[in-house]
Amino acid sequence: MISVEQTARYVPDRLKSPAARWVKSWESLLIVVALAIFITNSFASPYFLDPWNLSDASFNFTEKALIAFAMALVIISGEIDLSVAAIIALTSTAMGYAAQAGFDTPMLVAIGLATGLGCGAINGLLVTGLGLPSIVVTIGTMSLFRGTSFIILGDQAFTSYPASFAYFGQGYVWWVFSFELALFVVAAIVYGLLLHKTNFGRAVYAIGNNATAALFSGIRVGRIKFILFLLTGLMAGMASICLTSRLGSTRPSIALGWELEVVTMVVLGGVNILGGSGSIPGVVLAALIMGMVTFGFGLLNVPGIVMSIFIGLLLILVIALPIVYGRLSRRWARSAA
Amino acid sequence: MLTMFLRSRELLLLVAIAALLVVVTWRFPGFITLANLANVYNDTSILIILALGQMVVILTRCIDLSMAANLALCGMVAAMLNFYVPGLPVLLLVLIAVVLGTALGAINGLLVWKLDIPPIVVTLGTMTIFRGTIFLLSGGAWINAHQMSDLFKSLPRGIVAGMPVLSWLSLAVIIAMLVVMRRTPTGRAFYAVGGNPHAAVYTGLDVGYTRFKAYCLSGGFAGLAGYLWVSRYAVAYVDIAAGFELDVVAACVIGGISIAGGVGTVPGAVLGALFLGIIKNALPVVNISPFAQMAISGTVIIIAVAVNARAERRKGRVILKRAEHVA
Amino acid sequence: MLHDTTTSRIAPAITLEGISKSFPGVRALSDVSLTLYPGSVTALVGENGAGKSTLVKILTGIYKPDGGSIRINGTAVSFPTAHAASKAGVTAIHQETVLFDDLSVAENIFIGHAPKTRFGFVDWAFVNEKARALLKEIGADIDPSIRLRDLGIANRHLVAIARALSIDAQVVIMDEPTAALSHKEIHELSELVEKLKAAGKAILFISHKFDEIFRIADRYTVFRDGRMVGEGLISQTTEDQLVRMMVGRDVGQVFPKKQAEIGEPVLTVAGYRHPTEFEDINFELRRGEILGFYGLVGAGRSEFMQSLFGVTKPSAGAVRIDGNIAVIRTPSEAIAQGIVYVPEERGRQGAVIGLPIFQNVTLPSLGQVSRKGFLRMAREFALAREYTARLDLRAASLDQDVGTLSGGNQQKVVIAKWLATKPKVIILDEPTKGIDIGSKAAVHAFMSELAAEGLSVIMVSSEIPEIIGMADRVIVMREGRIVGRFEREELTAERLVRAAAGIGAVPGEGA
Repeated sequence: MISVEQTARYVPDRLKSPAARWVKSWESLLIVVALAIFITNSFASPYFLDPWNLSDASFNFTEKALIAFAMALVIISGEIDLSVAAIIALTSTAMGYAAQAGFDTPMLVAIGLATGLGCGAINGLLVTGLGLPSIVVTIGTMSLFRGTSFIILGDQAFTSYPASFAYFGQGYVWWVFSFELALFVVAAIVYGLLLHKTNFGRAVYAIGNNATAALFSGIRVGRIKFILFLLTGLMAGMASICLTSRLGSTRPSIALGWELEVVTMVVLGGVNILGGSGSIPGVVLAALIMGMVTFGFGLLNVPGIVMSIFIGLLLILVIALPIVYGRLSRRWARSAA
Repeated sequence: MLTMFLRSRELLLLVAIAALLVVVTWRFPGFITLANLANVYNDTSILIILALGQMVVILTRCIDLSMAANLALCGMVAAMLNFYVPGLPVLLLVLIAVVLGTALGAINGLLVWKLDIPPIVVTLGTMTIFRGTIFLLSGGAWINAHQMSDLFKSLPRGIVAGMPVLSWLSLAVIIAMLVVMRRTPTGRAFYAVGGNPHAAVYTGLDVGYTRFKAYCLSGGFAGLAGYLWVSRYAVAYVDIAAGFELDVVAACVIGGISIAGGVGTVPGAVLGALFLGIIKNALPVVNISPFAQMAISGTVIIIAVAVNARAERRKGRVILKRAEHVA
Repeated sequence: MLHDTTTSRIAPAITLEGISKSFPGVRALSDVSLTLYPGSVTALVGENGAGKSTLVKILTGIYKPDGGSIRINGTAVSFPTAHAASKAGVTAIHQETVLFDDLSVAENIFIGHAPKTRFGFVDWAFVNEKARALLKEIGADIDPSIRLRDLGIANRHLVAIARALSIDAQVVIMDEPTAALSHKEIHELSELVEKLKAAGKAILFISHKFDEIFRIADRYTVFRDGRMVGEGLISQTTEDQLVRMMVGRDVGQVFPKKQAEIGEPVLTVAGYRHPTEFEDINFELRRGEILGFYGLVGAGRSEFMQSLFGVTKPSAGAVRIDGNIAVIRTPSEAIAQGIVYVPEERGRQGAVIGLPIFQNVTLPSLGQVSRKGFLRMAREFALAREYTARLDLRAASLDQDVGTLSGGNQQKVVIAKWLATKPKVIILDEPTKGIDIGSKAAVHAFMSELAAEGLSVIMVSSEIPEIIGMADRVIVMREGRIVGRFEREELTAERLVRAAAGIGAVPGEGA
């Protein structure tokens, strides 16, 4: 193959400035989409711009976005975790069980996080220890984790949580800013730094682009993938604490189908489902877009299932449009030449 | 041929199924009667049909997560036509369900073929779109048993030569798929495209078009299953068969169909589906809570994929002369 | 050897005229022509990036040309799909024979064009019979019903050739068919080429190996930078002339070997073995030394090197670095001990395609360019700049995706990546395989320079001129064992070949 090269001896660091690159990036497209939806919504409903309404609306995406940050890293590394919603269910069940046994809030939180980590460790061991494909493993653990909740709860529910436990899903840090929103912001910053600014994040990209070459470059591929599954389990545990606290009850069907919404959020955020590329700012924007669409439709009394059509279309369109556009512009360029 | 079969995963699965039956029979002798086994098979028929469609898609290195939503949409359309246009013959409704399912599958196929969107993304998207469309069509309302014509409901249950039509249908699908996969160029193309897409291009196979055909096939099967599901359970609503796509993938994985493409057989998929079907039917009779079914099938999936991976793992090169006989 | 001067009077089997092909930003082929004659082998030569693979893809219907015409037996044709090309009688046998592991031999031969019964079904009994006949015709003793997975590389080639015969191809393209073959297999392949010639096929033979070209081909066509720069009869040209046409200048086959001062032992390997791949590996590597590992493809050299680098576990053996026992269980431990490995499969194991050049260079040195786990971009660029400049990397910028570079420049990035870790021992596995002549010379010069600076080099190579030109000492491996050791003064091509092939008495220590 012919390659794009120059024969100059001097090789500059960069050709295009980071700013120039950013203008043509996926994230800037998402910003435009987000702004468009924001403006449409504020015209469509007078209630949209109310700060308290907006704050309420943030619950639409914060819990899912917590998981999406970790999921983004997993997908960039070339794996996937479809068991996250089931981890929420099992974690919530464990906390409900403990609450019934009389444990107080700090212990419940510890149990929640530990259960999430434990589930993540099981996924990680199966994928990295036994070398199994993550898509199948996590379809299996998805049934296993949620199935365990069903065994424990059957058609019952845990509904008695200590009063102080309500803070995570219903409390406010300051004015309209809920605890969940604050957690979302903190998690976005932590994961943004982790992916884009650290050795660990670089290794994640390298693994996603070429796991063999990464291994041959001294990257501890297995260890990093294991940590990624641990993180995803941990974030699912965190999301479970928030969701359980917000709902005040646990049923085995809690968060059913969330894994697909989380994956949609990540892909909409510009993460390549095949691994190797993607960014946290993209995922943040995707979370905001999905949250605003859900909220806007809610204000217009559009049922939730119709919103899901929109999300599904959005998912396909945002990926298809750049491809179609690229093909058309190439065709135009050729006919012009 | 015989030695190949003895080493095969299908045999391993057959042994596992036999072991399962022995355990169940030991707790509940009535399970192994011919009548009950026929009943289990009938109950698993829809899963078998879907698993065979999913198998073809997975063989080409794709996945169809929209199968259950496709099923639900086709089932709803058939039920609504039956209710609102009472004069339509039931066979025509079945045909409409199959054609509609194929068309929905073709949408998936086109997006994968023409736009190169990863299959998991495409079917994740169409899955929610199909479900949403059911809501738009039905307004969220149910079509209940009393709104369906008698023939519409009784067709799959009709007994022909001692077996329900549903069982005969799945048997016909199995035989048709055996012929397609073994005897037609398209069947072999499914294997080739998934086994080595790069080489497939050079041998003159159109990878995208072959995948398109696979999606049409899985869509058509989902459409057929849609009618069967709705008539068998005599109800149609937005959420029927929700999450069933994962059972279908599970049946394939248990049946030894490699998620990496190119490896898997019709008997494997059928046995995988039967394995799940037997577990589902056996739990109540051996006094295990039906709530345990999910956890058990999850465990079975993990064990199955671990076993498959062991079988597929490549041995290192054998270079040393002395090692040749050992390996 | 060749007496074929009549081909020009025979009507051509296929003629390409004025073929052009552009990709966004690159002109891969401009106005090239190529003529192939029945019963004749035409060698297509050119450096990597000269447009050979683009031409093959046009001939096989993978790419559509932007302009130009293709004529078969005088009639203009076009290949909108790969299927159309194969129907028109053009088929290709590729570098790493691409076929289907999980289909049977017969299915591999007939996939895409299996004879059907009246009802559109495939008649496998008939297909198996035909496959058996075809394999017999080319002298291959292969059961058509077994799965391809169970065949070795040489037999896979035979299957590919049977496939070419089965579609009754008039034009057979062989794209570096010998790249992965041993001497014996190459010999068998050239016999097959003779058979194809006798059957009247027009053969396009693509190879980097000149000895092969002069042995097998009747005619040649040379490509340079997407243009056809020369063609003619092999019998009327010389290696030098071909090389001049390829590179557009004179290139002497001179190896830039500097005499380095050889010091104390750096690496000592004792009793190293693996259950199935190699055994009894003992040797010493000294400071400033280039130690060559010669052998046929599949002799276990790469397998041993990867084990030394921590990719696979040995069953026994001791490694000492500077006299201290070194425990190496993973590549990261090897790197920490100062051993680095430039793999043979550059695209799969070497470069991380998708990441920019500078990130490829810093990948094993992330600790060096970060503080408390946080990356320092400026340090990254500085490190990448320093080492890529030393290797004379040709690129537009350092944040360019490494996948957009040519093979030679990708190899420079991989070597730069390792030098940035300041290793003690660098293992180069087929360092110049598949890269253009210019980059080859740069890699050789650099290797020599490194040794002179006190680095110890292990060079695995299957090219005799490279081994003789560069190595201070050579170890020959065969079937997983060391079968010969030679000092620089004792090196001759004949000795190396005899040792590697296991013929006759072997001078030197032996095993």
